Amino acid sequence: MLELAINIANFTFLVGVAAGGVMVVLPYYLHDYKAYGKVTILGEFLAIASVIMCITFILVDLGQPMRVLNVLLYPTPNSVLFWDTVVLNGYLFLNLIIGWNVLEAERNGVHYQSWLKPLIYLSIPWAISIHTVTAYLYCGLPGRGFWLTAILAPRFLSSAFASGPALLILLCLIIRRVTNFDPGWKQIQSLAVTVAYAICINVFFLLCEVFVVFYSQIPEHMDHLTYLFVGLHGHGAYVPWMWTSMALMALGIILLVNPATRKNELTLIAGCIAVFFGCWIDKGMGMISGGFVPNPMHEVNEYIPTLLEGLITIGVYALGFLVLTILFKIAVSVKEEVRA
Amino acid sequence: METSRRRVLQLLGLSAAALATPPVFNALAAGAPAAKPKIGPGTEALTARQWAMVIDTRKFKSEADVKPLVEACHSIHNVPHWDEKRWEIKWLWSTKYESAFSGTASGRFASEVFEGRPFLVLCNQCENPPCVRACPTRATWKRADGIVMMDFHRCIGCRFCMAACPFGARSFNYRDPRPGIKQTNKLFPTRMKGVVEKCSFCAERLAEGKMPACVEAAGGKLAFGDLSDAGSEVRKLIRENYTIRRKINLGTEPAVYYIV
Repeated sequence: MLELAINIANFTFLVGVAAGGVMVVLPYYLHDYKAYGKVTILGEFLAIASVIMCITFILVDLGQPMRVLNVLLYPTPNSVLFWDTVVLNGYLFLNLIIGWNVLEAERNGVHYQSWLKPLIYLSIPWAISIHTVTAYLYCGLPGRGFWLTAILAPRFLSSAFASGPALLILLCLIIRRVTNFDPGWKQIQSLAVTVAYAICINVFFLLCEVFVVFYSQIPEHMDHLTYLFVGLHGHGAYVPWMWTSMALMALGIILLVNPATRKNELTLIAGCIAVFFGCWIDKGMGMISGGFVPNPMHEVNEYIPTLLEGLITIGVYALGFLVLTILFKIAVSVKEEVRA
Repeated sequence: METSRRRVLQLLGLSAAALATPPVFNALAAGAPAAKPKIGPGTEALTARQWAMVIDTRKFKSEADVKPLVEACHSIHNVPHWDEKRWEIKWLWSTKYESAFSGTASGRFASEVFEGRPFLVLCNQCENPPCVRACPTRATWKRADGIVMMDFHRCIGCRFCMAACPFGARSFNYRDPRPGIKQTNKLFPTRMKGVVEKCSFCAERLAEGKMPACVEAAGGKLAFGDLSDAGSEVRKLIRENYTIRRKINLGTEPAVYYIV
């Protein structure tokens, strides 16, 4: 019996948050959208903390973590997990190098080094790649009908571009409150528009999936969604969660698409929290647990995380947020110093 | 602390000498160099291009027909027994018709014929194994004789082979398996916590010229042989009987055939 859920679910979700950082990097460097100059570093540092959490979630999930270097010792190009290791570590180092050097240049009052430019351009498709490869972990497996869909990578990306920037907005609002550095209301509003588009696309992709699955009525594809949303053979632990997720994403769309509520700080916060947790349930627990139940033999073995698993999860998140706090503290201190 | 160039060179020299000593001592202690052990296929080894199994499901009427086979397999391979379902380790087991052939089973009325009959399932030793594709360390691979082999000592326990296997043929040691083994067979390795395991068509017995344990215990209910040899018993059975395989629509080409 296979239990591969809570760690992998959080891993998958956080790869999205990491990839979401590209939503500030891309407009700034590719479209010369100057306003994002103030927040790109926050996007990059959020990506670093998220990738560290991703790698830690994989590490704690392994049965034999001390053997993890076997992945490098016996490189296996036919394994998607091998490529995921490559792209995740690559993205970590790209963001470390770019973020650190650009911040240092800003502190010294000079333009960043010219050799960084190609790395910056590389980091944009690289961000797309980390989530694409992560989707390929699942969507290339025969016998797991829920994931066997070409729209899995686009779905992962759309929810990434919703949940990543939504978290970044919340973090920017906190920084505005507690430090002398203001990431800027205009920047936050631009990000909110990105979140609004992305969450709409995410729900659209989900509905595409729902149509294909329920119109074709192929049991091996249909039964996973049935299990998640109404329960199957008397098992339905995820039913309330999935409907909560749908309600949260709907609420997020209402609050963020509507200009009046998007421009109001309080409803903006509510909208971002709704999108973030809506995506977490949908893509984290729903996407991973739903893929394993029912199993290929069409048996329902429901997965409920244990207390120990819950504690480990909290531990990994704590580590990630510690890294995030330190990095943001550095960034904010430099920004305050430069302005002073 | 002050360090002179002379001192650094002295330390380097000493370190080099220290590194060089063990081989010298080893050579002295060993006396004459011992001949290296020879590793290669035994003279009695059974060989094939693609090993395959044919299961005559008509001869398995109840659990009593299945039990001795599972017992033979699990006892010689040190497969632990756990009552808790989530810890279960399975190499060879039986399941109901609809589970064994889900998706490709001929339908609800056909299953009435098979009501209550056990269907023996194991690793299909697929010709095109998705588990081998998924493994990031090549801890599972396909041998020249078609057996999908498993290295318990290289496995990192990521369980992506289990996600890739459409037959549920792989088990993960969520806990140390050793306390769950009734009597340890010293001739086969026990596993440790955190690795994946599965049936290997008794590769270790084939190497000694013996048939797989379940085939030996089945008394003719199972046949085993080379699929690429037109004259083999398995080919004869497949030719003369109507056989089905599990989930052939997935293209993994299972090497376990069922006469129904």
